Amino acid sequence: MSIRFNFGGDEHIFGEVSEEMSLTSFFTGLSMTNAVRAAGIRGVTEICPANASFQIRFNPDIVKPQDLLSELKSMEEAASKADPVLKTRIIELPVYFQDPWTRETCLRFRERHQDPSSTDLEYSARINGYATVEEFVAAYSGQPWFVSMVGFVAGLPFLYQMVERKKQIQAPKYLRPRTDTPKLTIGHGGCFAAIYSVRGAGGYQMYGITPAPIYDPTMKVRYLSDDMCLFKPGDIVKFKAIGRDDYDATLEEIKANRWEPTVRECTFSLKDFNGDIYGTNAKLMELINGR
Amino acid sequence: MAVKVISPGLSTSVQDLGRPGHYHVGIPEGGGMDRFATRIANLLVGNDPGAAVLEATFMGPELEFTQSAVIAVTGGELPPKLNGEERPTWESFPVKAGDRLSFGFLKGGARAYLAISGGIDVPVVLGSRSTYILGALGGHQGRTLKAGDELPLGEGSGKAGLSLPANLHRARNNPAELRMLPGLYWHRITEAAGNRFFEETWKVAPEADRIGYRFRGGTPLEFVEREQPFGAGSDPSNIVDACYPYGSVQVPSGTEPIVLHRDAVSGGGYMMLGVVISADMDLIAQLQPHTPARFVSVTLEGALAARAEQRAALARAEDYLAG
Repeated sequence: MSIRFNFGGDEHIFGEVSEEMSLTSFFTGLSMTNAVRAAGIRGVTEICPANASFQIRFNPDIVKPQDLLSELKSMEEAASKADPVLKTRIIELPVYFQDPWTRETCLRFRERHQDPSSTDLEYSARINGYATVEEFVAAYSGQPWFVSMVGFVAGLPFLYQMVERKKQIQAPKYLRPRTDTPKLTIGHGGCFAAIYSVRGAGGYQMYGITPAPIYDPTMKVRYLSDDMCLFKPGDIVKFKAIGRDDYDATLEEIKANRWEPTVRECTFSLKDFNGDIYGTNAKLMELINGR
Repeated sequence: MAVKVISPGLSTSVQDLGRPGHYHVGIPEGGGMDRFATRIANLLVGNDPGAAVLEATFMGPELEFTQSAVIAVTGGELPPKLNGEERPTWESFPVKAGDRLSFGFLKGGARAYLAISGGIDVPVVLGSRSTYILGALGGHQGRTLKAGDELPLGEGSGKAGLSLPANLHRARNNPAELRMLPGLYWHRITEAAGNRFFEETWKVAPEADRIGYRFRGGTPLEFVEREQPFGAGSDPSNIVDACYPYGSVQVPSGTEPIVLHRDAVSGGGYMMLGVVISADMDLIAQLQPHTPARFVSVTLEGALAARAEQRAALARAEDYLAG
């Protein structure tokens, strides 16, 4: 595999590991950006991993574009051979699926949807071969997800489910984007889930809502007091399906600033994962279930 | 307290030279869209070039001063009026407690920069006072100004009567010429579509803000046929969501190019044709809706030469003001 490098104007180098999404490509991109960060290259101002690509921003008055490109290329072999083992963490996030707020929004923008006669959940369950919305939600929240990119807007994670490709849930974006999405909506577009960190426009299918803030510019939420964004690329996320009562109770705790998500340190090996997907996931999930 | 907002204008926010370093979590650099005008406004009133100023879009605010200061307006031609009397742009002048500053109609450009001696002293968040409106971060309460807001000022000592002559401002062309380095996903469109993209004259659409500028009026792009890669989405303009460079030109559904600016969304799933070079980002900041614009293809060497030229122009202006 060879990274396709490209200059993005005079201040960016863009590296595409592969056109298609895969965890292997994500890991190569993450290894590259970690290597660039560790190298501490003068003139590099932003280091951004993405799903199957990455981007480095630099000041060409300090580092010559061609010199930086050569340096990146020299890191490529090591990155693609790097033993893809990541010291990371698993975060459990409560999600109220089939909630009334995303449902109301979904009904308000029906004419922009592929199937105006179904809800987003009904539509997505059907096109992914699930008999009921409940089975779909069980699949969605049953296996963990990788944060493969953070961005679009502040703190918004893109999540890629840790299952084999044929089990990946896929759904198209709305035909025309909505002008509104409730804050903290769990959405899905292509093969990615996303959590809308702020209220705003959006085109992803909407499935549920989490009571837990994931971005706090005021840094008052107790678990966001050091870092205003909860998620970093490489984090592992497990959705925990909750009902209305749990949602309301958690929200009360959050308002009192007493709540925080369950977070556990963990190590992830891509080799182990590819050898035994569900066994690896089960071990990860045990960490948060405290067994 | 030092400046009261009587009326906010259309979209006025506190900006400085931005907060690089957080794009990987989706927080854009931000800062004055027209960097040259931001720097010069500050220098005219004796501030550090990176002090916080007000960026007013299309229409100016009305402000009341509660202490004396020296102020200057640069950028677009938005004529300042002190107690109703017109004052020049690109020139510092004194104000005293009780004075009211308003603005006439915009005569050129799109954004004016108001610097006040001492700078606007809102809290520094992640290294900058800039307002990131989408993320409700920084500036004055993370938002554009509203009537009744009061903005604190730092300590300053500016001189009135300092000005930058017009021959040291950046000239604007009509149609605007935005130089662009083709690349990124340029290979996704046909050669004929690529040629047409540069030949045609586009127009700035009404959807033009700090996040990005949309253009319309050109022919929709023809894509090279392919089977869409796994995870990309079904539209031929879709890619597996990737990072968006500042200045990148994305074309959702192949119809209307969007050039991302200082408050860029940091990534997404639309193919990009390339990136408008750093030297021409300030030009975009001063484009009004309906302005004709062309994209001009340049090489990396051309982009670096243009960057050096802009640096030299800034240095000439700085030298002039340093006297």
